Amino acid sequence: MHMADALITPLVGGAMYIAAAKVGTDSINKIKDDMDETKVPMMGVMGAFVFAVQMINFTIPGTGSSGHLGGGMLLAAVLGPYAGFLTMAAVLIIQALFFADGGLLALGCNIFNLGFYTCFIAYPLIYKRVLKKGCSTVRITWAAMLASIVGLQLGAFSVVVQTMLSGKLELPFTSFLLMMQSIHLAIGIVEGMITAAVISFIWKARPELVESAGAAEPGGSKSSLKRILLPLLIATLLIGGILSWYASGNPDGLEWSLYNSTGQEELEQTGELHKKLSDIQNKLAILPDYSFKAGIEAPEQAGTSTSGIVGSVITLLLTVSVGIIIKAFTRKTAKNNT
Amino acid sequence: MGNMTLVYYKMFILDELAEKKTAIHRINPVIKLAVTLAYLLLVVSYGKYDISGLIPLFLYPVIILTVGDISLGPLLVGLAIAAPLVIGVGVFNPFLDRTIVFTVQGMDITAGMLSFISLLIKCVLTVTAALLLLATTGMNRIAAALRRLHVPQIFIMQLLLTYRYISVLMGEASRMYNAYTLRAPNQKGISRNVWGSLIGLLLLRTYDRAIRLYQAMKLRGFGNQYYGVSIDKLNKIDIIYLFAWTAFFLTAKFINISTLLGLLVTGVIK
Amino acid sequence: MSHHIIDFINISYSYPDGNKALENLNVRIHHGESVAIVGANGAGKSTMLKLLVGIFMPEEGEIRLGDMPVTKKTLNMIRQQIGFTFQDPEDQLFNTSVYNDVAFGPRNYGLDEPEVEKRVVRALQTVGIEHLMHRAPYKLSGGEKRAASIATVLSMEPSVLAMDEPTAALDPSSRRRLIKLLQGFLHTKLIATHDLDMALELCSRTIVLKNGRIEYDGPSADGMTNSKLLEQCGLELPLRLQGCPICGHKQVNKV
Repeated sequence: MHMADALITPLVGGAMYIAAAKVGTDSINKIKDDMDETKVPMMGVMGAFVFAVQMINFTIPGTGSSGHLGGGMLLAAVLGPYAGFLTMAAVLIIQALFFADGGLLALGCNIFNLGFYTCFIAYPLIYKRVLKKGCSTVRITWAAMLASIVGLQLGAFSVVVQTMLSGKLELPFTSFLLMMQSIHLAIGIVEGMITAAVISFIWKARPELVESAGAAEPGGSKSSLKRILLPLLIATLLIGGILSWYASGNPDGLEWSLYNSTGQEELEQTGELHKKLSDIQNKLAILPDYSFKAGIEAPEQAGTSTSGIVGSVITLLLTVSVGIIIKAFTRKTAKNNT
Repeated sequence: MGNMTLVYYKMFILDELAEKKTAIHRINPVIKLAVTLAYLLLVVSYGKYDISGLIPLFLYPVIILTVGDISLGPLLVGLAIAAPLVIGVGVFNPFLDRTIVFTVQGMDITAGMLSFISLLIKCVLTVTAALLLLATTGMNRIAAALRRLHVPQIFIMQLLLTYRYISVLMGEASRMYNAYTLRAPNQKGISRNVWGSLIGLLLLRTYDRAIRLYQAMKLRGFGNQYYGVSIDKLNKIDIIYLFAWTAFFLTAKFINISTLLGLLVTGVIK
Repeated sequence: MSHHIIDFINISYSYPDGNKALENLNVRIHHGESVAIVGANGAGKSTMLKLLVGIFMPEEGEIRLGDMPVTKKTLNMIRQQIGFTFQDPEDQLFNTSVYNDVAFGPRNYGLDEPEVEKRVVRALQTVGIEHLMHRAPYKLSGGEKRAASIATVLSMEPSVLAMDEPTAALDPSSRRRLIKLLQGFLHTKLIATHDLDMALELCSRTIVLKNGRIEYDGPSADGMTNSKLLEQCGLELPLRLQGCPICGHKQVNKV
C-alpha cells in the first residue's frame, strides 16, 4: 500500500507533504495541549508494535491464503486519532528510510493515505459513532469492520488519484480504480476482522483502554475535526489535486492482481476493456485519462536519436569506471593505513 | 514471517554501516538530507519517456556508494523489496501504450517500453538514494538533522523510541509466534480463534511496557527540560559538497549529458 | 554523599484491583546500609521500592528521605537522590546508544555537556562497559544490558540505590561481576530479590515480607538461616546453606 517515489511528480508529492505536515502539526499541538506527555513513550512503543504485528501471518478461513494487519485502525482505537496519526507517521518514516518501503518524496502521500483516513475519518465518523451507545462484542465488530473497510477504500482511492495526476502510468483511470478498490475491499475485510477480534479481546481484558481513547477528546471534538478538515480541503482543492494513487503495497493483493493480469486471456480482455473504458472516459469528460496531467511529453521527445543512445551507453560506462576507480583508491588507502 | 525477518536484518545492517568514518559519513546530516531530497525531486521531475537524461544521474549513488564504502548487498535487498511494487503496475505500460517510436535491428521499440524503462530507472535511483542516506548518516543523526529543521521534539522523541523498540517488540512477537507454531505445525499463519488473543496480548504487553518506559523516563527527569544530540556546525567541506552536487544536478537537468557525449563521440568517429 | 535516613511510616498501599499490596509498613534504613527485601512472588517487594521513588503514592502513611517527604512536589529532588533500576533493563535503555542512555538523566537535570560527558564516562567505567559507549542497546548481552541500566542511574550520582531483582536472568559470571560491583558501592542499597544467596553475601540486613507485611527485619545472618521462617514466607534456605542435592553433604553449617 506504499507509494514509491518513481510514481509521483514533485507537485503531487509536495502537495501531500504539506497536507500531511499540517495534520501532523495539529496533532502534536493537540497532544501538547492535553499535556499528555505519557503519550510519547506510548506512541513510540506502539509504533514498534505495528512493525512487529506486520510480521505475523493470519490464516484467512476458507481461502487457504494468508493476510496481514496494517494496524492503522487499531492504533486509532487504542491511542485516539491524534496520537494514532503520529504513530503511523513515525512507522512510515522508518519504513521509508530503512526498507525503501515507500519513497521519501512519497512519504507525504503515504502518511496521508494510511494515516489520515483511518484516524480522522473512519475512526471518528464510523468507529466512534457505532460505539457511542456503549461497547459490546457485536458493536465492536461492526465498528471495526466498517471503519477498516472505509478507511482502506478511501486510502486506495487516494492512491489512484495521486498516481493518475502524476501520469507515470499508462493504466487508464477507471481500470486502475476498479482494480485498486476491489483489492482493498478484500484487504479491508480481513483487516476489519482482525482488528475487531483484537479490540474485542482488549475490551474484555482491559476495557478502560478501549473506552478511554474515545473519551480523550474534550467537548467539541466535532469542531476540532472541522478545524483540521476545512483548511485541508481548501489546500488540496487549490493545488488542484485529489490524492495520488498508489499501487497496492500488500504483496498478497498484488500477487493476485499480477497473476490475473498477465494471463493471456486477461490481456485480450484488457484490450477490449480498455476500448470500452476509453469510450466511457471520453464521454465522461470530467475525469479524462492520463493525457490530462501535467508535464506529459510526447513519445517523439523521447530522445531516441543515435547520439542519444550512444551517449547513454558511454555515460553509463564512465559512471561505472568512476566507481571502480574510487573503490580501488579507497582500498589502497585502507591498505596503506593498516 | 520470513519477509519481515529479512527486512529486520536489513534495517540493522544499514544502521551499522552508518558508524563508518568515511568522508561522506562526516558530512553534516542536514546537508545530506537536503542533497538527497533535491536528488529525489530531480529524478522524479524527468519526463515520462526520458531515459538518456537519467543516465548521468547514476553518478550520485555510485559516488556515495564507493566513497562511503557501502556494500552493494543491502542496497540490492532494498531494491528487491521496493521494485516489485513499481514493476507490478509499471508492467502495464508496454501493453497499453503501443505507439512505435523507432525500430532497432528489426525490433519495434514502443513508447510504452520506454516509459516502463524510465520508470524502472527512476525507481532504482530513488530507492538507492534513500538507502544511502540512511547508510551514511544513521537514525540518530537524521533525527538531529530533523531537530535542526524545527521538527517538534515530541515527534522526534517518538520516532527514536519507535526505532529503538522495534527490535524488542519483534523479539516478543516472534517468541509468541514461535510458541504458537510449535503447537500448530500445519498452519500457514495464526488461525482465526487466536487472532484476538494473540495480538491482543501482544498489544497489552506493549502497553504495559510503554507505561514502565514512561516511568523510567520520569525517574531520570524526563519533562524537565529538552536535551538533544548535537551536530557540529557547517564547515567548508559541507558547503563544497552542497554546491558541487547542486551544480551537477542543475547541469544534468538542463543539458542532456548523454546526448552531448554521444554527439562528441559520433562526431569524432565521423 | 549526604547522610539520609529513609523512613517508611505506616505505609499502606492497594493495587487498582483492590488487593492490598502493603499494610502498615514501618521501616527505618540508615545511611550506608545494605538491605535485602525478600519474599515470595507478590509479597510486595517491588511495590515497596516503587513507593520509595514515587512511581506509586501510598494510600496511608508517609515516606521520608532525610527531612524530605516523598510527595508530588518533591519527586524531582527525591529522584535525583535515589537511583532505581527496573527488573527488565530494556525498560531503562530507550535511547539509540548506550552513551545517550547514560547521559539522559544528567542532561535532563540541566547539566552542561562537558559535565555530562565526565559523568557518563565515570559511570560506564564503574560498571566496566566503557568500551560499549557507542553501541546500540539492542546489541548488548543480558549482562551488559544490566550493567548499562545501572550506569544510567549512577550517572545521576545518587546516594541511594534501589534495585528490583538485579541478578534476574544473569549468567553465573555476570552475576558474580554484579555482586562484586555492588560490594564496592558505598551507597545505601535497597535490593528486592529472589536471589537469597546474593542477599546473604551482599546485605547485612534483611527484611522478609509476606502478604504485604513484615515478618522479619534484622541481620541477614539470623534471618537467612531460619528455615522455619523462610518456609512460612514461601521461601527456602539460601542454596549454599542447603545440602548437596546428590549426596546430601552440607558444606556450610553456620554463617
